[in-house]
Amino acid sequence: MPNPKRRHSKTRGRKRRTHYKATAPAASECPNCHTAKLPHRVCPNCGYYNGRSIIVPKNS
Amino acid sequence: MRHRKSGRKLKRTASHRRATLNALATALLRHKRIHTTVAKAKETRMVVEKMITRAKNARKADASAAKVGASSERAKKFIEAGGHARREVARFIKDRAVVAELFDVIAERVANRPGGYTRILKLGQRYGDAAEMAVIELVDFNAGQEPVAKKADKPAKKSAPKKKAPKKAKGDAAKAEATAPAEATAPAAQ
Ligand SMILES: [Zn+2]
Repeated sequence: MPNPKRRHSKTRGRKRRTHYKATAPAASECPNCHTAKLPHRVCPNCGYYNGRSIIVPKNS
Repeated sequence: MRHRKSGRKLKRTASHRRATLNALATALLRHKRIHTTVAKAKETRMVVEKMITRAKNARKADASAAKVGASSERAKKFIEAGGHARREVARFIKDRAVVAELFDVIAERVANRPGGYTRILKLGQRYGDAAEMAVIELVDFNAGQEPVAKKADKPAKKSAPKKKAPKKAKGDAAKAEATAPAEATAPAAQ
């Protein structure tokens, strides 16, 4: 089995990982209650989608 | 490789998967709207759409048989009930009341819809395993754009009411019909 010839430094690994970045989830505005929500999802705040009440949120 | 093979395995064996989908399809036809994961909803859609089309076409055959005139009274009765299609659907839907609902009520309601009887709405991720959840509903039983309030989010779970189904099913169906108009007026309250 091939193996690494030399250990590499913490810096080297960390430098490589500077390109590992989390991206923020896309957000869209609920046309009914104007809070931010995930696109193409029923609004978790008011339970509306496409102008229609789909679910009744637990907190309301 | 699963190249060009359709359908999800849902991490189940073939028999377990069949049982799950039968249960989900039965629940959807009974309640007209169920809450499940997106993957299961999409699989259920594949099963249920075909059943509804089957029932709808059986109704059409029923109409043409009436025109031609069936050979006997018994044959006529058989065709009117949905004929062989009804028996084949009953292999998957074990609840007779639900089969009756499908052939008598649902097939009639969707008669003019060229497929696309179901609607899937994504709800976001569930707490616990972060599975994407969805509501799947029969379009013609969940009024288009008008607000329809839902009695909280506790619709039938996939394996749910097998035990009480046979006795209660008829009542449930009737109740669902009865509560539908009431629900239409409810959203103003919330
Ligand atoms: Zn909202």
